[in-house]
Amino acid sequence: MRIPHPLLGLRDLREFTYLGDAALIDRPEATADEDKAALNAHVFLRDNPAGTHRELWYHEYGDRSWLVVTRDTRTHEILGAELARDVALAAGRDR
Amino acid sequence: MSGGARLAGGLIERERRLRFTFDGQVFEGHPGDTLASALLANGKVLMGRSFKYHRPRGPFSAGSEEPNALVTLRTGARAEPNTRATTAELYEGLEARSQNRWPSLALDLMAVNDLLAPFLGAGFYYKTFMWPRAFWEKLYEPLIRRAAGLGRLSSQPDPDAYESAWLHCDLLVVGAGPAGLAAALTAARSGARVVLADEDFRLGGRLLAERGNLADRTGPDWVGSLEDEFERLPNLRVLRRTTVFGAFDHGVWGALERVADHLAEPLPDMPRQRLLRIVARRTLICTGATERPMAFAGNDRPGVMLASALRAYANRWAVPPPGPVAIFTNNDDGHRTAADLSALGCQVAGVIDMRPQAPQGAGYEVFAGAHVRATRGRLALRAIEVETAGGRIVSLPCRMLGISGGWNPNIQLSLHRGGRPAWSDELAAFLPGTATPADMRVAGAASGDFSTRAALTGGAAIARAALSELGIAAETPDDLPEAEDAHVRITPCWHVPGKGRAFVDLQHDVTVKDIGLAHAENMRSVEHLKRYTTLGMATDQGRTSGVIGLAVMAELAGRSIPETGTTTFRPPYGPVAIGAFAGDARGPGFRPVRLAPSQAWAVEQGAVFVEAGQWMRAQYFPRPGETHWRESVDREVLAVRSSVGLCDVTTLGKIDVQGADAAAFLDRIYCNAMASLKVGRSRYGLMLREDGHAMDDGTAARLAEDHFVVTTTTANAGPVFRHLEFARQCLWPGLDVQLVSTTDAWAQIAVAGPGSRALIARVIDGFDLSDEAFPFMACASLRICGGLRARLFRISFSGELAYEIAVPARFGDALMRRLMSVGADLGVTPYGTEALGVLRIEKGHAAGNELNGQTTAQMLGLGRMVSTRKAAIGAVMSRRPGLLAETRVQVGLVPVDPADTLPGGAHLFAEGAPRDMRNDLGWISSSAHSPHLGHAIALAFLEGGAERMGQTVIVANPLEGAEMRARVVSPHFIDPEGVRLRG
Amino acid sequence: MRFSAFRLIREGLTGNRGWKPLWRDPAPGPAYDHIIVGGGGHGLATAYYLAARYGMRRIAVLEKGWLGGGNVGRNTTIIRSNYMLPGNQPFYEFSLKLWEGLEQEINFNAMVSQRGVLNLYHSDAQRDAYRRRGNAMILSGADARLLGREDVRRMAPFLDFDNARFPIRGGLLQPRGGTVRHDAVAWGYARAADRLGVDIIQNCEVTGFRIARGRVEGVETSRGYIAAPSVGVAVAGASSQVMAMAGMRLPIESHVLQAFVSEALKPAIPGVITFGAGHFYVSQSDKGGLVFGGDIDGYNSYARRGNLPVVEDVAEGGMAVMPMIGRARLLRMWGGIVDMSMDGSPIIDRTPVEGLFLNAGWCYGGFKATPASGHVFAHLIATGQPHATASAYRLDRFERGLVIDEKGMGAQPNLH
Repeated sequence: MRIPHPLLGLRDLREFTYLGDAALIDRPEATADEDKAALNAHVFLRDNPAGTHRELWYHEYGDRSWLVVTRDTRTHEILGAELARDVALAAGRDR
Repeated sequence: MSGGARLAGGLIERERRLRFTFDGQVFEGHPGDTLASALLANGKVLMGRSFKYHRPRGPFSAGSEEPNALVTLRTGARAEPNTRATTAELYEGLEARSQNRWPSLALDLMAVNDLLAPFLGAGFYYKTFMWPRAFWEKLYEPLIRRAAGLGRLSSQPDPDAYESAWLHCDLLVVGAGPAGLAAALTAARSGARVVLADEDFRLGGRLLAERGNLADRTGPDWVGSLEDEFERLPNLRVLRRTTVFGAFDHGVWGALERVADHLAEPLPDMPRQRLLRIVARRTLICTGATERPMAFAGNDRPGVMLASALRAYANRWAVPPPGPVAIFTNNDDGHRTAADLSALGCQVAGVIDMRPQAPQGAGYEVFAGAHVRATRGRLALRAIEVETAGGRIVSLPCRMLGISGGWNPNIQLSLHRGGRPAWSDELAAFLPGTATPADMRVAGAASGDFSTRAALTGGAAIARAALSELGIAAETPDDLPEAEDAHVRITPCWHVPGKGRAFVDLQHDVTVKDIGLAHAENMRSVEHLKRYTTLGMATDQGRTSGVIGLAVMAELAGRSIPETGTTTFRPPYGPVAIGAFAGDARGPGFRPVRLAPSQAWAVEQGAVFVEAGQWMRAQYFPRPGETHWRESVDREVLAVRSSVGLCDVTTLGKIDVQGADAAAFLDRIYCNAMASLKVGRSRYGLMLREDGHAMDDGTAARLAEDHFVVTTTTANAGPVFRHLEFARQCLWPGLDVQLVSTTDAWAQIAVAGPGSRALIARVIDGFDLSDEAFPFMACASLRICGGLRARLFRISFSGELAYEIAVPARFGDALMRRLMSVGADLGVTPYGTEALGVLRIEKGHAAGNELNGQTTAQMLGLGRMVSTRKAAIGAVMSRRPGLLAETRVQVGLVPVDPADTLPGGAHLFAEGAPRDMRNDLGWISSSAHSPHLGHAIALAFLEGGAERMGQTVIVANPLEGAEMRARVVSPHFIDPEGVRLRG
Repeated sequence: MRFSAFRLIREGLTGNRGWKPLWRDPAPGPAYDHIIVGGGGHGLATAYYLAARYGMRRIAVLEKGWLGGGNVGRNTTIIRSNYMLPGNQPFYEFSLKLWEGLEQEINFNAMVSQRGVLNLYHSDAQRDAYRRRGNAMILSGADARLLGREDVRRMAPFLDFDNARFPIRGGLLQPRGGTVRHDAVAWGYARAADRLGVDIIQNCEVTGFRIARGRVEGVETSRGYIAAPSVGVAVAGASSQVMAMAGMRLPIESHVLQAFVSEALKPAIPGVITFGAGHFYVSQSDKGGLVFGGDIDGYNSYARRGNLPVVEDVAEGGMAVMPMIGRARLLRMWGGIVDMSMDGSPIIDRTPVEGLFLNAGWCYGGFKATPASGHVFAHLIATGQPHATASAYRLDRFERGLVIDEKGMGAQPNLH
């Protein structure tokens, strides 16, 4: 597998570490115990689609960027890759 | 001995002879021979025994699809079971042995199975051997196992080296037959980066084994001239003896280069084989086709082989058949073999063509509309029985029978990434179909274009098309030779109905009747057929049997072949040595070793080392006269407690956290408060995972308002850094914070013990070390040893007055030596990981055994650290009901009988409670002998631990048949008030 | 037809013409009492035990492809009960005990071979963790032995004891662990269930659930609607997909797990051996192939095929621990899709939809669990209550904080 790093071009799978669904970016800002249901869904439940999947990869043996890679889980075809930081900022995450 | 009888021509070096042995008997062959061709030239047809019935077998092919002629090549630790004689290149001194027979190949008593065949049909073992139950492991299974299997492993370590390498190219051309050669030539002349790989040791593919392919020159002649040109093209890499075995995602290919298999043993520094990971922008599949047989009674007799193999042995290796030859065919190609053999002066007893409209033969008889219904001979073919179109039975004496049932395009690679092949009625074969991925193209026989001319033009055409996609202009070479363009007509025939056993899978002895049995028992899906009968699961991967099996099942089920389906094609295309996949990652090189900066010094001290994850660390430093590790460790521990000790703790993870928001960031990472930490101070910190369990611990030292240094445990250095980067980039991208892993940049030495302040004072450059100026948990950047920049932390893992001092890694060794020399009069003592462990257990500090991913802050006795006032990662989830209800907490244990040890991993019970999991109260996580206390101590997780202080519990270790009693105490075995570390 | 040596001989003498189909191919009926979705090992076992132990009738198993085509047909065939946590151990031990009498019960030789499962350890900390586990096994009524280095050497002298990057210091042995011929398990259960009247319907894909007022009424399939008041789903690998049709999100990711087999060899390896410092475990099949595997590829996948890095990683582990296999050739590799759950343990539970039951999240561990999984799932479906050995496998254990995390990896499925 080769991942199209937005800054570094096609890099081999072995340079990366996988985390999971890019929805993990959307962490509820939970401080109170009442937020447990939202956190529970965030931490434990997954769409796990057979098809297009946006997912987090970490360029651990590279530039240490977190990426959001869009990939078809049925064929492994990669449809795009972005810096996760850009995705997070675009989603309104900030401080 | 003469290298065997040979015909004229061929691609062997007749002037040179190579001696080799088969089952101890000495033969001669020539360079250019395979083991099979050399044996055949010496009149040896019998080369193996089948898997199940131990039936005598000769070579069935002249290539990698061979099911029968499997031998053990080489001897001793280099013994290589199940090697195909048809691809093993002959070398001087080659030693081969036949396998799966006893006592000898010609007289195999295991062939008694053949007589029992009526009782040993497909899946017989599922129906018996069930009574009595205990007999399976004791009697039936050992017998089955001994009878099964083919060759034998040496049971010694493989003495040869392997390596793995990367290759990047614009175009990968797989197969160097006419299509592949034309493709490579087209691409290489265009300047593209091209890799051409072929599994054979000579380029040319079918051009080596046939005659009359080209109009005005021989195939080998043209290939020779191409090879000259290839030599001069620096952008073309030709890989001979290289099997491209698998297509993986995104244009990554696996290939096996047999670097030294054609030598008696690899030259010094030469790997036996090389695993190539080829990254190709485009790939051209020019893998040719494999001839398939037809099944008929007695079709496994030694001497019965594929017609194309017969002509390959004659044309390429100049091996004459041992007597008259017959051909059994359902297509025109069978006649080509007869014509070739006839032209070489071999006696062709007849061509039996299934088709009533068979072409006429020149110089041999053609039995049109006839078939072979039986064969004769025991260890070698003597005659065949032909049933003519008129129903007459003719016995035809012959020593070899070539079968031609049509050709299967080698489409496997084009389907490794998914998709299904397409059935062609015209060719009676599966073609790559429309599922071929966009970066692959198929040409030549692999795409069903069987003529040489179609292969040449097709190869050039797909090269041009692929290059144009890459923006590289290319032209079809104007010097491709004129070639034959014969259309092969075929009338499908899969098996000849009749009595007697007609073998479909030769190696596994699967017959047409077995397929019938599978059908009768409703094992009708292709996968059930394969799994029930083991059809196609032998070392040849069903290359010659798969389609026939499918066709027979289709016939029985009254469905078409495409309706019946195919199994999925998966890598590897051919079997690959496990050693090749491992490359050089074996033995000490299995994984890289990280060494602490003081490694060389520790070696000089005679330290004993231990693996600690990726690191090798000094475990203890034995002194002369110490005979047991405990003596050394106890001495080291006591030295720390009484004077001063040194330990290289560089392996702990170190992360520099900088930026205006560094404090705010760490406040969210650690469950306890960090933002309030003052500059010049450190704090113990505990991180939780998002699910609320403890993740890792360490210290955070604030060197400046916007600069922290964070430590992690050795094992979690990588995961914690990844976690922090995730939080920084994905959760709070707006925070002004940057991270650098500095684990390898700073050497860090723990200086622990009452004498540590005095020792540190001797190396620092004018710095106030007094308790007032530099109290417990203070930190600072400073200069030591006359100007070297350093960091000093007053932190303690041992519970003693202690410091950790960090210098740039390249000075770590020098610092260790300096501290040792200036501290001699203070009794300075190096200590290793064992003493480190004892010291921390005595102090009740958690380490990997406690931070095992299953424990919580509450269990670690740190529940109150989890701030409820901030949104640190994991804080909310740590208050899920199940976690709050957990009452197992960390306690200390001491043995009631001071002579007892307290083994790590023992379970705890209340006195008198039954020893079962329902009454289980916890477990011992860490244990040690405390030289300070003079008896064993342990850390444990104990249910209701807080309420059980002072009570006695049972320490149960039924695994080793031991049980002892222990008293529950505080986990702080030493100085619970912390007087020493504040000293 | 009852299978026996006598039958084999009689058929052999009369031309093997009397063999009957192992199971029928019935057309789907309009309604059943119980539908099991998924004709893999767990689904077939569930149907069998529903009929055989709980006296249920009118049962159908719906399989979208061919029976036994899921993970029961693509695994490394290992059975063991060497689990540590109280939520797991009794269940897997129950499974091992069911394996021990299975063949006689279902009259099908699945080649249950208890030749031992050996887990090697390479450090003191690992030994302590195995001691904790081995003790938990014994305290739950299973068998375990802690071996020193020389014990291991006697069992497997071909291991790399002295030259290894991570020297072998000993091992945890479960003598009753071993291997089973995996396909035969599916076939044996299918045949036994069929003989009890269970309809096994292949090539019948469930495409939706009919749910009214919070109750399941039946399933839509590629072969029409089938009514049933009780539906059990056992479709590991596709659990998220199927349960999404009932409106549920699961604590599961689908991952590809590769496995490998070598060419057939004469007996070389006793029992199952698992490397403790890398990802490699191996056994030898009755046919002689070395059957081995390692880690999952580690990314979400439904593709049933993996990539080279894991192939190499597994081979590296193999060569590090037993360098004699260097010249054995890898013959086949395959990938199966596994349900990786959030704590590495399975789910066998009711769902918010009444009458709809879920059996999922088996991670690597599904094959060895087959008999117990079928038994306890049948118990749940028949009685509405969890079986005693599976009472921890609840769907709500994540929000309640009662996870069963043997490896301590937390909510990251690809690390379990």
